[in-house]
Amino acid sequence: MSVIWILFPPLIAAALAGIRFRRSLAPTVTVASSLIVLALAASMAWRIAAGGSVTDGLDPGWLNWVAVDGLSALILFLIAFVGTTAAIFSVGYMTHYKLTPGKLRLYHVNFNLFVFSMLAIPLLAEPTLVWIVVELTTLCSALLVSFENTREALEAAWKYVVLSLMGAGFALFGFLVLFAAMHAAGGGTYTWAGLIAVAPRMPPLLMQTAFLLILIGLGTKVGLVPMHTWLPDAHSQAPSPVCALLSGIETASILYVILRLFPVMQAVPGAHAETWALILGLISVGTAAFLLLQVSDYKRLFAFSTVEHMGIILAAVGLGASASDYGAMQQIVSHAVTKSFCFFAAGATLLAMGTREIAAVRGLIRRAPLAGAALIFGGLAITGAPPFAVFLSEFAILKAGLVQRHYLASGLLAVFIVIAFFGVMVHLNRMVFGAPDAPAAREAERFRLPFSCALALILAAVPVLVLGVYVPPPLHQLLKLAAAALAR
Amino acid sequence: MSEATRQLVENLNALAAGLFLLTAFGIVAMRQARACLHLFIAQSLLLAASAALLGLRFDSGHLYGVALVNLISKPIIVPWLLRKVAPAGLYTRREIDQVLNIPTTLTIALALAIGAYFLGVPLAKAVGPEYLGPNVPIGIAGMLLGALTLTVRREALPLLLGLLAMENGAFLAGISIAHDLSMLVELAIATDGLIIVFIVGVLVRAVELHVGSTSVGDLAHLREGPPDERAAP
Repeated sequence: MSVIWILFPPLIAAALAGIRFRRSLAPTVTVASSLIVLALAASMAWRIAAGGSVTDGLDPGWLNWVAVDGLSALILFLIAFVGTTAAIFSVGYMTHYKLTPGKLRLYHVNFNLFVFSMLAIPLLAEPTLVWIVVELTTLCSALLVSFENTREALEAAWKYVVLSLMGAGFALFGFLVLFAAMHAAGGGTYTWAGLIAVAPRMPPLLMQTAFLLILIGLGTKVGLVPMHTWLPDAHSQAPSPVCALLSGIETASILYVILRLFPVMQAVPGAHAETWALILGLISVGTAAFLLLQVSDYKRLFAFSTVEHMGIILAAVGLGASASDYGAMQQIVSHAVTKSFCFFAAGATLLAMGTREIAAVRGLIRRAPLAGAALIFGGLAITGAPPFAVFLSEFAILKAGLVQRHYLASGLLAVFIVIAFFGVMVHLNRMVFGAPDAPAAREAERFRLPFSCALALILAAVPVLVLGVYVPPPLHQLLKLAAAALAR
Repeated sequence: MSEATRQLVENLNALAAGLFLLTAFGIVAMRQARACLHLFIAQSLLLAASAALLGLRFDSGHLYGVALVNLISKPIIVPWLLRKVAPAGLYTRREIDQVLNIPTTLTIALALAIGAYFLGVPLAKAVGPEYLGPNVPIGIAGMLLGALTLTVRREALPLLLGLLAMENGAFLAGISIAHDLSMLVELAIATDGLIIVFIVGVLVRAVELHVGSTSVGDLAHLREGPPDERAAP
């Protein structure tokens, strides 16, 4: 089986979804394609976890462009999983917009192209090509962010495009400098693995410049503070399934590109890549934790929580031990499954209440029991309450930090995580259990969630619960391989 | 190549790079949207010229390819695409209220260009002893001035051109330090530039249709705080 095949289903689905046929065609092909991608990604991850390779059958020439190791397989599988649940959620969610058939087709074409561009990130091994697909993720998702065409959505999309592409401009120069550094070290194949091989001979000045340019440039798209300003806008204005993709996995897959540089930087004397990661990560977690307290829109609440989680992952990598790397990988997994669930819950709430304002939603548990329960479940899970997935991964990171004697960093992380917990739960608690102000609202009839939305919620909830109590052995193996890819 | 020709090629490359810097200043400061577009086209031509001259200098067929790609995509396809997808009124816009006034903007631009020199020269030295010309510092300056354009302009077209100018700057530096990057990558980057123009064009058209203006810098509603405060236009 060729690993390239995984890129085809979304492309074919994008082409089919554009065809003017029955209204149900576009959602059907999107779900079908995402299921195929999920199966392919799962089999790939399974094989890699078992110690095999998925690029054996490839022509050696291809290996200059494509490579899949534990880290790539992990990200690939997460993209496929979130892509599948988001595709299922979209079916029911998009009917509520009462779209024209053309607009619905446009949504599905863009959705599939967006998934395609994300899947290409972990597959490609040539850094400049990775840069291009990172650009493509921005461009394919821009029209999804502006989908509702309201003033706010257009503003969010505009900020998203301009800031992401501006960051990408710096990152492009960073990748060119990296290439020049490789050239100065005597050349080799310009791939992630090739870079690690020649890293000890590369001029440190060029490496540091390239690393900082890429960290700042791509960090903009990950939403690291202070380059995060676009993120809460874009991640709250897009339709909810798209928010799940953007927040749940797109940020993490861009962060993956930055993480790829860490093993290279470890070979450079005095590079301090880990220190940069730790500082930038802590600033992101801290800022996001305090900004969480003052939001008035519940989708922005989850968006800020994404900024917080990206900070936690980066800080964990910055702690620089194999245990904290493992924790970071675990955090990527638990963030992806939990955050996508949270945005589905937020989408269900939006369907039931028709508003994004926290203050306008009270007594959700009576009006829409499933949405309310999901929202409280998601809120507890994302802020790291036991027994959910995020608790386990955050605990692993804090423990690794203490073992490493990073007392200050671990202490700050713990404090910020607790603040974020209260920030999120104060808002959600009022929304779900608060008494409705208007008597009319109390009389309102119960809201029934579309079947596909409920199904997506249940599917997304399974890993959130299971990974909180038990990490299956193949996943544990994959996480170990992924963490090993971060060290030299 | 004789010593005299090489000297001539190097001087011409320096001239192209110098003019490139000048166009970058122009894109930051020109009020007229159409003038910005013309400056951007001139900048892309200068980038192509620099690539061709460096190709001559290093005898690299690859750099001729870069020059050709730039010659076709930016001066020809970009304006054509903009005419196709973006609203027609885009070019005739004249920007009165930039975020900063023009003398202040130009002073900051000057400071950035000087900073780029101090960043670029050690970087170029670290790459190796071979000839790099002024491409690295000027390329970095081009990038920073593009970023400055993005922060001070409000009108859609200059903002889009600021994005593309950043990419031009990265390229001007890139052709001198990474001149054997694979052709596939170069082509992909050029295509990517065109997709940027397409998507931003579509977005601007939507903004004009639903908001009624192409002055996208005025879109600033989304922020934290109580809803009634945010609603005020």
